[in-house]
Amino acid sequence: MTTDSKMNETIDSVHHSHPSPGKYFKVAITLVIITAIEVGVFYIEDLKWGIIPVLLILSGVKFGLVAMFYMHLKYDSKLFSSLFFGGVGLAGCVCIALMALFKYFL
Amino acid sequence: MDNTSVMENQAEDSHKTTTGLNSRKLLMWLFLGSDCMFFGSLIATYLVHQGKSLVGPYPVDVFDIPTTSVSTFVLLMSSMSMVLAYSALNRGNLKGFRIWIISTAIMGATFLAFQVFEFRTFVHHDHLTPQVNLFGTTFFTLTGIHGVHVTLGVIWLLSLFFHSFRGGVTPEKSLDVDLAALYWHFVDMVWIIIFTVVYLFGVFRGF
Repeated sequence: MTTDSKMNETIDSVHHSHPSPGKYFKVAITLVIITAIEVGVFYIEDLKWGIIPVLLILSGVKFGLVAMFYMHLKYDSKLFSSLFFGGVGLAGCVCIALMALFKYFL
Repeated sequence: MDNTSVMENQAEDSHKTTTGLNSRKLLMWLFLGSDCMFFGSLIATYLVHQGKSLVGPYPVDVFDIPTTSVSTFVLLMSSMSMVLAYSALNRGNLKGFRIWIISTAIMGATFLAFQVFEFRTFVHHDHLTPQVNLFGTTFFTLTGIHGVHVTLGVIWLLSLFFHSFRGGVTPEKSLDVDLAALYWHFVDMVWIIIFTVVYLFGVFRGF
């Protein structure tokens, strides 16, 4: 297989393997339901500090759904995923380092 | 558009690279990765100064969760309409593309209107300005920069919408729309984090 045909195959697979509009609607409904749960959970006073991991997990799921389906990372090249999630990972490290520097966890 | 120009556009979009991936798209992902770090540092700055304001108003005094939930819903829906615009264009449905992309721009503008309303309420009713306390400084910086990102996104979407009437947006040149869509979804993702960390955690009494 020549380099040209490999390249065309890559580009074709990128352009034609995206989900259907129905799938996009399902993801949107899921995102709305998760947001509603977030707001609902927020008003449950009995959860106390337990609310923090619950909200972080729920927003993480929303973040992942948008990245994977709407930004097509699930279907695109792994290099794009590496670049983006590398940035997300570094951002997380920056957050933790800055918070540790300012004694946020003490 | 004649066949020659279609072929030229395809050649422009599928130029040779060592990775087999389009350089413009690769550059966009690099930009989004670096923008993550930018917002990460702003969110961390907000968090480390949380609860350290010497005078009010405090987050619990000013945040209106139901209103912000509605604006969050609008932004989430705009992401869906953006992806539907891209999908319509790839299927050659230019009319569908125009409907969905203008819907996205309108929803983006609605989100901005919510933000302007919120900022005006904070400043005039609650007397919260960037100069009043640490909460005001970090809150306005973080959400203001996000608002600037949304504004740029709306301008980008509107330019694509009007460009489509002059033959500038075609299925063969869908990469232009793909790049705008990536940027728009990123702005949505950042808001997902801000809504949880700033608004929901902000009103939580434990902080």
